[in-house]
Amino acid sequence: MNRYLAILLTFARACLVRDMTFRANFLLECVTSLGWMSMNLAFYLLVFTYTAEIGKGTGWSKEPFFAFVATGLIINSIVQAFFMPSAEELTEMVRTGGLDAVLVQPLDAQFLVSMHRIDFSSFANGAVGVGLLAWAVSRMDHAPPPVAWALYPLLIVCGVAILYGLVIMLAAATILMGRNQSLYDFWFYLTNFSRYPAEIYSGPWGGPLRMICTFVIPILLVVNVPARVIAQPFTGESWGGVAAAVIAAAASLVVSRIVFQRALARYRSASS
Amino acid sequence: MSGGFEAIRPPGRLQGLRTWWTMLKISLEERLVYRGDFVLGTLMRFLPIVTQVFLWTAVFSATNRGDIAGYSRNDIVAYYLLTMLTRAFSSMPGLATSIARSVRDGSVKKFLIQPVDYVSFLLAARVAHKLVYYAVAVVPFGAVFLLCRGYFPPPPPDATTIAAFLLSLALSFLLGFFMEATLGMLGFWFMEVSSIVFGYMLVQYLLSGHMFPIDLLAGVPTGLAGVSLADVVHWLPFEYTAYFSAAVWLGKVQGTQLAWSLGIEAAWVVVMAVACRVAWRRGTRRYSAFGG
Repeated sequence: MNRYLAILLTFARACLVRDMTFRANFLLECVTSLGWMSMNLAFYLLVFTYTAEIGKGTGWSKEPFFAFVATGLIINSIVQAFFMPSAEELTEMVRTGGLDAVLVQPLDAQFLVSMHRIDFSSFANGAVGVGLLAWAVSRMDHAPPPVAWALYPLLIVCGVAILYGLVIMLAAATILMGRNQSLYDFWFYLTNFSRYPAEIYSGPWGGPLRMICTFVIPILLVVNVPARVIAQPFTGESWGGVAAAVIAAAASLVVSRIVFQRALARYRSASS
Repeated sequence: MSGGFEAIRPPGRLQGLRTWWTMLKISLEERLVYRGDFVLGTLMRFLPIVTQVFLWTAVFSATNRGDIAGYSRNDIVAYYLLTMLTRAFSSMPGLATSIARSVRDGSVKKFLIQPVDYVSFLLAARVAHKLVYYAVAVVPFGAVFLLCRGYFPPPPPDATTIAAFLLSLALSFLLGFFMEATLGMLGFWFMEVSSIVFGYMLVQYLLSGHMFPIDLLAGVPTGLAGVSLADVVHWLPFEYTAYFSAAVWLGKVQGTQLAWSLGIEAAWVVVMAVACRVAWRRGTRRYSAFGG
């Protein structure tokens, strides 16, 4: 474990040196990333000029909703920083045979494939997310109890783990198919469902969709559970969500590991 | 010697048309190779609309208003669906970056010595891309619009509105093309334009009305007396690449205002086409290529 931590730190150092070599590009990436986030925040502010809450009686008024958005920013920035850059490179590695070099290393292939590249500019959104969370929580009618603060980091980790499992399964699909650009687009479209409180998915179409996105692909648990713990009154029912998030995270890691190993077993080198 | 120079003499009108047709055919064949990817990609582009439908349904359920900025809940859903259609005409994925890349890797130089106009070639390729896209996308688009027909306000638009809508779509295609092509020409001045393109996409997404109807900005002050943020956005060309066509279909722009707006859209097309030509001429004048 210590060995993997040391290697991860080495990767991080190398990526940071690379980012700092091209400082202007790094700053530009931070600015564009923050620009996209600011646009979304402006959109939500605009929506709240017309309504007091998202969904009647849901409790997602302005400040709790921005705590929700902040939670999403924090989780997505971690996934974007640690896992997505490496996963995006995998398509090219499979196509060119570069994956062979990974497989002959005396290290776990999944670790190397998913964590060798770290994008530090993605942390910019996470930093804004932390600031936004502090702002939103300080303005909410009720202060989160200590148990909510204690659970929040754990549930953030669970959210990251669920998304990591999804990334790994898409990586496995890349190995099997050789090319899956559409599937990566699918990842972005799928995570789009986690951007809003689960309560908005109601009615004859929304109900089944909510069930699928909670129990089949647990994408709705990623942001909803930690955000609910911190931004909504903590009740006995909250423990159900916590348990669901922990189980979904564990299942996501185990299932994705199995799928990835099976995909590797079927990998045929493209190199000569 | 002279024969070699005659070969690069500008082509006659008939030969020019034949060249254009050949370029179109080549691009069509290229595009049809990836038709499966097209269908999957088109269907997935509707997924974000699903979340928008639920979001706006939740917003309307929480407010007592029958409409927001003149849009009912159904209008908003219809608006998002229509902007998808408009974006299918005006979006030019990869155009700016491919132009900049051709400048960077030197492949643009063949257009400097061959009797083929680069901008016309790009336009033909893009027309082919769109034709294939519409041929494949008509099924998912048709299915989604049929499924969501209840969101569109009755009665259906009259013939004049439909004609204006179709004209606005055609103009949005040209406007989108020339805006992105002009952006790509910046590659003659900057080695890497990807960040500029990303910045443009952000601005475009916000100001075109792709993110939300521009009318929602009517109540946002700018600091200038009597001028809202929506007014400022209406002065820019971006709205013609998403908002305008949708607004025409939904009857938000009518009568003389409609004719006037179509005229402004056509004027923006001319302005951007001239800007593209000027950028190409000035760019090629300062361009230098070495080696094979």
